[in-house]
Amino acid sequence: MRRLLTLAATATIPLLVLGIFFVIPVGGMLREGFVQDGHLDLGGVAAVLGRPEIQRAVWFTLWSSATGTLLACALGLPAAHVLHRLAIPGRTWVRALLVVPFVLPTVVVGVAFELVIGRGGPLGRLGLDGSAIAIIAGLVFFNASVVIRVVGGAWESLDPRPAEAAAALGASPWRVLRDVTFPALRPAIVSAATVVFLFCATAFGIVLTLGGLRYSSVETQIYLLTTDLLDLQAAAALSVLQLLVVTGLLVAAARARRTPDATVAHSHVRLRRPRAGDVPALVLTGVLVVLVALPLSSLVVQSLRVDGTWSLANYRALQTPGSHQALLVPVTTALVNSLRIAVDATWMSLLLGLSLAMIVTRRSRTRAEHRLRSGLDGVFMLPLGVSAVTLGFGFLVTLGSPPLDLRDSPLLIPVAQALVALPLVVRILVPVLAGIDDRLRQAAATLGASPLRALTVVDLPVVWKPLLAAAGFAFACSLGEFGATSFLVRDDRPTLPVVIYRLIGHPGDLNYGMALAGSVVLGATTAVVMLVVERLRVPSVGTL
Amino acid sequence: MSHTSVLRTVFAVATLTALTACSLVGTSGTNDANGKDVVLVTHDSFVLPKPLIARFDRESGYHLVVHAAGDGGTLTNKLVLTRSNPTGDVAFGVDNTFATRALDAGVFSPYDVTLPPGASRYLIPGDDHRLAPIDNGNVCVNIDTTWFRAHHLTPPRSLGALVKPAYRDLLAVPGATTSSTGLAFLLGTIGKYGDQWPDYWKALLANGATVTDGWSQAYETDFTQGGGHGRLPIVVSYDSSPAFTVPKGATASTTKALLDTCFRQVEYAGVLAGAQNVTGAEAFVDFLLSPEVQRALPDAMYVFPVRSGTPLPTAWARYAVQPTHPLTVSPADITAHRDEWLRQWSDLVSQ
Repeated sequence: MRRLLTLAATATIPLLVLGIFFVIPVGGMLREGFVQDGHLDLGGVAAVLGRPEIQRAVWFTLWSSATGTLLACALGLPAAHVLHRLAIPGRTWVRALLVVPFVLPTVVVGVAFELVIGRGGPLGRLGLDGSAIAIIAGLVFFNASVVIRVVGGAWESLDPRPAEAAAALGASPWRVLRDVTFPALRPAIVSAATVVFLFCATAFGIVLTLGGLRYSSVETQIYLLTTDLLDLQAAAALSVLQLLVVTGLLVAAARARRTPDATVAHSHVRLRRPRAGDVPALVLTGVLVVLVALPLSSLVVQSLRVDGTWSLANYRALQTPGSHQALLVPVTTALVNSLRIAVDATWMSLLLGLSLAMIVTRRSRTRAEHRLRSGLDGVFMLPLGVSAVTLGFGFLVTLGSPPLDLRDSPLLIPVAQALVALPLVVRILVPVLAGIDDRLRQAAATLGASPLRALTVVDLPVVWKPLLAAAGFAFACSLGEFGATSFLVRDDRPTLPVVIYRLIGHPGDLNYGMALAGSVVLGATTAVVMLVVERLRVPSVGTL
Repeated sequence: MSHTSVLRTVFAVATLTALTACSLVGTSGTNDANGKDVVLVTHDSFVLPKPLIARFDRESGYHLVVHAAGDGGTLTNKLVLTRSNPTGDVAFGVDNTFATRALDAGVFSPYDVTLPPGASRYLIPGDDHRLAPIDNGNVCVNIDTTWFRAHHLTPPRSLGALVKPAYRDLLAVPGATTSSTGLAFLLGTIGKYGDQWPDYWKALLANGATVTDGWSQAYETDFTQGGGHGRLPIVVSYDSSPAFTVPKGATASTTKALLDTCFRQVEYAGVLAGAQNVTGAEAFVDFLLSPEVQRALPDAMYVFPVRSGTPLPTAWARYAVQPTHPLTVSPADITAHRDEWLRQWSDLVSQ
């Protein structure tokens, strides 16, 4: 009984937050769509789902997201190995570089890709501009870092001894990878793939910007139906479809994550030197670095060009509100706003994420308890699978009157961003926490340690590094969030992505240049934050 | 504890303290303690010079708070969705392509504003004092005249010319479903070709038109005279755009708007039904129509004032030419067919 009470107590705050900031807004939009004059009207749903353009959108979403996810894993897994297990000079720098795309506004990624694959760019001959390949490349560009972070964290603390033993017994490197390493990493890999798939399936700007409106996905259809046509019934039907598909995916992922033996021994591992067998992984990592560095460097170069010469004018102008009063505040102020919001979003997502991860990873005594715990795990992934438009409009419709008069609260934006970052935090922490042998906690308790002391002695030393990684990622997630933020932000307190978006939408060479310079600053800030976070260490509270 | 670990602890604690100072917890969102805020709901192109806004605050005794998101379409739908409990007191930026939707949904309440001279011709037919016209501008095809001169090619002059093989792969168009500029251009083609517009668009797409997400991608990234100096010398933009492409020290613009291809957009402001600060909202509508704001509109938002006799900036007076007879579609027609047209257009463009 006490176990269940503890479970309920730990789950209360996360559930409350999810209820107010996800269930109520999305429910509100579904009600707008399905309830006509006080009556539930589901008649149009079948007709909507039968429309040819909707079916095309569903099909495109499925195959492009699946391909994007597979490629992100194909490039991200070797990179996770290389950057988290091998002693490669500059690996923290490369890790920080690979996170940069994650925070860039899609409109800027559109510019960067155009510079590379557009008719004048170095890859212009390939004719990729406006193709499905460009969209998928964009998806991989954005999401490879998710795979690296989530899997890399688990890989870093994976006990190397079973693999060494297998190798000593004569197993080939491929065999070791297939039979020893992959099974141990499977939960982390499935987690990463799930999150990436959800990000791909709800990618909005990428599909429109890189596909030139030729392709439509479920997300772009919802956007069109909500913001243009105001066909809320059709939008609600699609949102329900989204929710059902995502739920199905999460159930399947939960099955696939389950390993025969959940307790995998973890420890701090020394990095080893690269060997001949690492060459394929190194090559694939190189491919990924090129894919990320090419558009980014074009962006940097373009931001430094003014009237055909090299200049820092675009960067100096960031202290101003742009030409022709494009903005209400200087870009630098927006950067400060972004950082402040990100701090809040980070602690919120860490607090919620840590409680959730602990709930999910504690051993269950009964099947029902186990179901409950893993069900909770899945529920908090749902926000990633739902359209930002639905959520944004839902906020406006449902959170405007007492007792939930939150539309003007300065904390609404960080909370919304924390919800987006939450699944990432949970996915980074769960594989690590799951690896802690529950018997250690029991032993600590037997020796007279209080639950808090057991937490600091057993859990904290193992979780500390992944927790930092999660904090860095949540911070980056918040810095780059645009979809929900743009709905909630006030003009006199904008975030950096919002400002970049506005600058690029205003005529004038200076505004365009400032948008590029602002993006470079946003990317660089993210990279610096990631580097600093990785250097943060606390003296270990108790070593095992 | 070793020496370095003490240092690390100090570092960690210092970082934590610095971060705590950043937090927004404890700061207040609304500084509206005495009911003096006027909340403006608008689209993300809304801009006015700071001194003007300060002047509004000073002279009206209210404090202006701006909530901006999305384009004109998003703004309208946001207003329709929150009509029972609006997010502000006054709205600016609903245009003639979306106005009827907002009016039909009862978003605005009547305000018998005194219109300045010249403004009444922009009123929505049948509207009873709910929407006041504030500015207007035309969406027109723009061309890079220097490019055509350099390539010894006669520039196009009309919509019909754009489907000719001579202008293959030269045009960038913002999408009608994702940008208000694109929607205005689509309506222009409908005004010109009537029911035959899908055939025109098929020909346009077959002739290699590049459809982009928004105006910025078409103009700034793809257009040869945009900030990114792209590769396409024909773009859908505004009648005011040529005023922004005059090189330093030059006396001529490098671009030109084709005046036979234009569709007029008019932007309106109105007091929201259910506004908390009705008098403040009315004061803001008056303010938008005042000579000072009308004079500031071109530089701030690239649109023309509705008040006749308002002096234009020098570059505008010289380079921004307005069409005398823009293409038109009646508001009633737009209301009846907008969604159907957008769906049809979306089908034409997507694969």
